[in-house]
Parts: sequence; structure tokens; C-alpha cells
Amino acid sequence: MADKTETLNNPFEYAPAPESRSVVDIAPSYGLFIDGEFTEAADGKVFKTVSPATEEVLSEVAQAGAADVDRAVKAARKAFVKWSALPGAERAKYLFRIARIIQERSRELAVLETLDNGKPIKETRDADLPLVAAHFFYYAGWADKLDHAGYGANPQPLGVAGQVIPWNFPLLMLAWKIAPALATGNTVVLKPAETTPLSALFFADICRQAGLPKGVVNILPGYGDTGAAIVAHDDVNKVAFTGSTAVGKEIARTVAGTDKKLTLELGGKGANIVFDDAPIDQAVEGIVSGIFFNQGQVCCAGSRLLVQESVQDELLDSLKRRLGTLRLGDPLDKNTDIGAINSAEQLARITALAETGEAEGAERWSAPCELPTSGYWFAPTLFTNVTQAHTVARDEIFGPVLSVLTFRTPEEAVAKANNSQYGLSAGIWTEKGSRILAVADRLRAGVVWANTFNKFDPTSPFGGYKESGFGREGGRHGLEAYLDV
Amino acid sequence: MPTTAHATASATASAFADATASDSALRRFLHGLPGVDAVGLEARAAALGTRSIKTTAKAYAIDLAISMIDLTTLEGADTPGKVRALGAKAVHPDPSDRTTPRTAAVCVYPDMVATAKEAVAGSGVKVASVATAFPAGRAALDVKLADVRDAVAAGADEIDMVIDRGAFLAGRYLKVYDEIRAVKEASGTARLKVIFETGELSTYDNIRRASWLGMMAGADFIKTSTGKVGVNATPANTLLMLEAVRDFKQQTGVQIGVKPAGGIRTSKDAVKFLVLVNETAGADWLDNHWFRFGASSLLNDLLMQRQKLATGRYSGPDYVTVD
Repeated sequence: MADKTETLNNPFEYAPAPESRSVVDIAPSYGLFIDGEFTEAADGKVFKTVSPATEEVLSEVAQAGAADVDRAVKAARKAFVKWSALPGAERAKYLFRIARIIQERSRELAVLETLDNGKPIKETRDADLPLVAAHFFYYAGWADKLDHAGYGANPQPLGVAGQVIPWNFPLLMLAWKIAPALATGNTVVLKPAETTPLSALFFADICRQAGLPKGVVNILPGYGDTGAAIVAHDDVNKVAFTGSTAVGKEIARTVAGTDKKLTLELGGKGANIVFDDAPIDQAVEGIVSGIFFNQGQVCCAGSRLLVQESVQDELLDSLKRRLGTLRLGDPLDKNTDIGAINSAEQLARITALAETGEAEGAERWSAPCELPTSGYWFAPTLFTNVTQAHTVARDEIFGPVLSVLTFRTPEEAVAKANNSQYGLSAGIWTEKGSRILAVADRLRAGVVWANTFNKFDPTSPFGGYKESGFGREGGRHGLEAYLDV
Repeated sequence: MPTTAHATASATASAFADATASDSALRRFLHGLPGVDAVGLEARAAALGTRSIKTTAKAYAIDLAISMIDLTTLEGADTPGKVRALGAKAVHPDPSDRTTPRTAAVCVYPDMVATAKEAVAGSGVKVASVATAFPAGRAALDVKLADVRDAVAAGADEIDMVIDRGAFLAGRYLKVYDEIRAVKEASGTARLKVIFETGELSTYDNIRRASWLGMMAGADFIKTSTGKVGVNATPANTLLMLEAVRDFKQQTGVQIGVKPAGGIRTSKDAVKFLVLVNETAGADWLDNHWFRFGASSLLNDLLMQRQKLATGRYSGPDYVTVD
């Protein structure tokens, strides 16, 4: 870690390069967004959202209860009649307009997201926001071509979609949910996570700016009970959830026996497999972006490193040296690589799991690193001497913690990679093309990256095997979840 | 320093005695180096290019970059007058501000070495000379060696040689290796920079192999290009060579310098290269003994940026000197 002791010896100390906060104007309070208007919660409840990097209160946000959910679903139902009857080309115009406004306001939204989530501005600026806009552009393109999506002529929307999204990519997960829903003619009621409600509320403003008809998009900030009320509402036709496997199971139980269509995108414990003929320097970069991108708070993170035993020492030396150059600190600084953990609760969970790893005998390593005194922080951490039996090799940590396991043969690599309750992502590192194809074929994971990791594109379907969920988001496949097919 | 340099060069050679025992052994060694994923390498170079270097860090980087320049003129039209002007500029890059650091060296053809030597005498600025039938390198070995000896005899402190790309691409690695060894020998106490002409080697795998070949043969510096072909120094090929010197030092304890040359024209570019150095090879290379820029027009852009930092205003091309 580029901490103070090291920078004393290094004359090339990067001066602070903070992105300006003045590009975003956060109001002291926000309401719910129902039927095109911002309103207070029926019971007047509010909650505070804080910046995880400083614990500063950013704003006070209305907290939706059951009555508000009912009002929002009714608004969405009413809006559905006209929205679904619009020609696809007309719906596309709204989506293209939203995409362009997002691009125009991307700096503002990037700063906002960094403040509310704690992730580095480098990531919101270069990954989150470009992907958000790209997702709306992509599905805007589908809106008038649904006849050609492979679901027969004139496929019909489902109705009102209830969507519950996580805090790790607040605006991007919103885009993944709302863009295909609107393109196919559905209307939505979406609940952002309680720790990151702000970008969804700014998106509500963008909907108004784009002239989107009232009630087509409704945003209900709140906690788990708000999400549960949306999921359970009788007049919701479709439920889409991204989040933990535990909550996903609860949702599956709630909608069982109803005719609600369900897609779940849940946890993961991605295996990043490095063979002895891998391009080592690039593999190290891929491991770093695989587990330390967004502080490892990524469902498809490459949190299990499976390295061929013959190159383990060389690879770990390179990896540790590389981790020593990561810059942890102020998320708004353009040179920050590692930002804050999203909440005290998540930090406690990561800390507890890391302690379990140590208690079970895995060897813990972090680069020397000074953590800021306020806010929620966790130093990038490696565990070596990990086996399939260790908790840190099985449970999703959802933080900057990498478990390192070894293998001897491709068969063993595949067996270990697949030996997980999850199956969301995997990575293969080898210079041998035939090995990439042979191994990828046998990995039970929704996405397999070859000689790269954590690369996203709206044209590519994303989703899980096993307890990582079902249904696909993105690409042509992502349309299916919102069509009556 | 000279004796130590020779001692380490021969120690390096014996450390790789097995690998360099025959053409096939050398081939096996070089082809056994880890491959380079082009997409990943370029992505990493681009990511480091987004570092935001401001205020004090920028001032430090600009001065460091100036001090790392091999101020170069390699034209058929070079005259003693031109070389003297270049030498004066290297010694006092900004006549309006004497706190400006000197450049590391001037770089000229062998027949201009004596003139250059006189122009920079007593300043600490080194004289580097391209040799070995630069830039194509298409000449018999004894002609190349005569070229080197000529430059050294005229007082060159540093020799910039070109490798035989034809031999390299034909897989005759031992020929390239032996040639570098011979040039090293002929260079005597002058530090040897080995130019790969990365634009002609074309693939990143080749650049990594050439880097190791050059280092094993006793190069003091590995250098990207002559500046005479279409593709010269790029962030990606320089990053790759920085990885090579980093790995070589870890394996052998011997530190080798890196010199990107050609196509680096703006301060912004130069600072990006220094970020590559800082975050790849590390602070040990942040010194003109270990990192150089082969450039000419870059210097004036650095000077204008330096003036801007000092005065808060942009000056303009008439406030820096033409060479």
C-alpha cells in the first residue's frame, strides 16, 4: 500500500487530485418518486444516508411503507396501459433520451455515486457511468425490434415489474433492471438499497427531464421490509432481484404459488484459474481487478484464486508486490484505487469472515497500509494455505479478501472451481487457446472470462448457475425476463 | 563505476551460461518466458495513463523528465553548428531560468561526438552516440564495431546500438546475443544502450524476449526504438520493458536502465511514462542514471509547462529556444 512510510522514500508522491464536489447538488432531503412526483412517505418516516468514506450525513430520504408501495404499484399499473400500447419506436425515443441525459450528467452522477457508495471516482467515472449509459442505449435499440428477438411475433410485456437492487453498483443495477423493463413495455417500481438511495432519486429526476410519462418509473427508497412489500404485492407481475442468496431464497418463497415471473441474481464465489503458461503480469492485473474492483463488493468477483502449484510462488510474489502499489483513501481522489466499504454492517461482516479465516488456520497477508480514521475501511487482504474446507473458500465475503488455493492439473482446477454452492463467474488464464475452450466448456458458471476479468458489456447476458440465481440480464437474453413468453 | 559495471556484466553472462550455450538453448530460454497478453498489457498502460499528476507532483515530474532527456539530433543534415546549439540547450535548457535542470545527455552520430563533447564540456551532460550502422544496423560486424570504437575514441560516454532485427526475426538469437556482447566489449567504459526497434519486432512476446536477450548480453540500458520507423515508444511497450528490468533485477540483482525513444512530444506524455516507471519498476528507476527519454521536441513542451507552473501563465513557443 502506498502509505506514508513508503512515500517518504519515494520522491514521486502524487499530490491530492480530488474531483470537485461542487458538480453535484445534494438536497437536504428527498421524497419517494411516485407517479412522476416526489412525495413524503404516508407515515412520514425518513432515514439518513451517509458517505461511507467519512460517515458524513449526505441527505435524509423518505422511507416507503406498505401504503406507499400500494400507491406506487397502482400508479405503475395505470401507466402500463398507455406505455405498453406505445409503438416500440416511441418507447425507444424516451430510452435514448434518458441515455443521453445520463451521458450529459455523467460527471455529476459519478461524484454522487462515489459520495453515497464509497467507491473510487476512477471507477464511477470509467466503469459505472459509461456502462449505465450503454445499457440504456442498448435496450433502446431493442424496443422496436422485439419481433426479431426470437420470442415470436409481437411478444407482450408482463405488466408491473417490482425490482429490488443492491448497493454495490447502485445506478448500474438500476440500469440493468429498468432499461429492459421499459424497452419491452413494462412499468416499474424499484427499491434502491438503503445505504445508496441517492443515484436512483437523481435518476427519477432524469425521467422527468426526459419527459417520461408519469408512473412508468417509480422509485421507493427503503429497507428490506419495503422490498418485501413490493415483492409480495398482488398486482406486481414480475419480480427482479439482485442481492444476497439468503434474501433471494426468501423472495422465491414469497412468490411461490403466484404467477409472478422471477429472476434472481445472487451471490458468487468466482474461481480465477491461473495455469502455469499464463501471461503472468496480465494475470496479476486480472486478479487485482477481479477481487479488488469496487473493494471486492461484486457478486461476480474472482474471490477464489486457483493457481497451478508450479507457479504459485512466482505469482504470489508478483501479486503481493502489486498490492503494495494500490492506493487506498479518499474515493473522490482521482488516483485512489481502493475506496471505502459501503457500510458499517458490511465492514463487520468482512471483518468477521476474515477472522474466521485466520481461526481456521489460513495465512493472512495485507500490504502495509494506513487506514483513514473515520469511515469504513478494510485493507486488501490475501489468504494463502486455503483449502476447499475453509470458510473463506466457500462463503461469499463480498469484500477485498482473496483466498488462494492451488491445483495440479486442469481436471483438478475444474473440479475445485465447480465445487461451490455458487456459479456466477470464473476466469481462465493461459496462453493456450485450446485449453481456454476445453476448460470453459466444463465450468459451471454463468460467465467465464478468458485472460481478463470483470469485463461487462450490455450485449452480453449475465446470470448464475446454482445458488447464484436464475434468469439472465443483458443482451437479447435479458429481454426474456420481461416478456410473456 | 566502470569496473563494477564490467564485473556485473560478466557475472550476468555467467549466470545465464546455460541459456546462451547454443542457439537452441537460447531459443528455449527466450520462448519459455511468460507470454504477454496484448489486450491486458495495453489496458494496464492505459489505466496508469489516467493518473492525475498535479501541483507539487507535476513540478517534480517535469524537472525529472527534463533531467532524463537524451536531447537528440540524428539527421543527415547535422552540422557542427547544429550540434553546438543542441549542446548549449542541453546545458541551459531555459536561459530565462537557471534553476532548470540540465538534460541527461545529447545524442548524436559518431562523427559529431567530438563537437558535442566540446559543447557540453564541464557541464556534466553526457554525450551519447548512436553506432552500429544506425538505424538499420545492416552492416558487417567489424564495420559496426569500428563505428562503435570511433564514437568511443571521440569521447562518447554512452553508445546507443541497434540490434540485428533481421537475425532476431529469423530466430538467430545467438547471433544477436554475440553481437551485443561484442559491442559491449568495444564500448569499453561507455554505457551501452541496446535499441530493439520494437516497431519492427512487432509483437509484445518478441519485445519481452529481446529485452531479456539484451540484458543477458550485458546491456546497461534497453531502448525501444530509433525514432526512424512508424511505431516508436508507446506506453505499452515501455511498460513491458519496465517489467523486464524489474524482473531481471529481482532474479540477478543487476539493475538495467530503460529508454523509450521517439514519439514522446508532450509533457503530459512524459509524465505518463514516469507514472509507468514509478508504479512498475519503482522509485529506484526515478533517476536519469536508470531512465531516459530519447526526444527532441519534448524538451520545449516541458519548459513551457515549467514556466506555466512558475508564473501561472502559458508563455508560448517564442519564450523557449529553438534548437
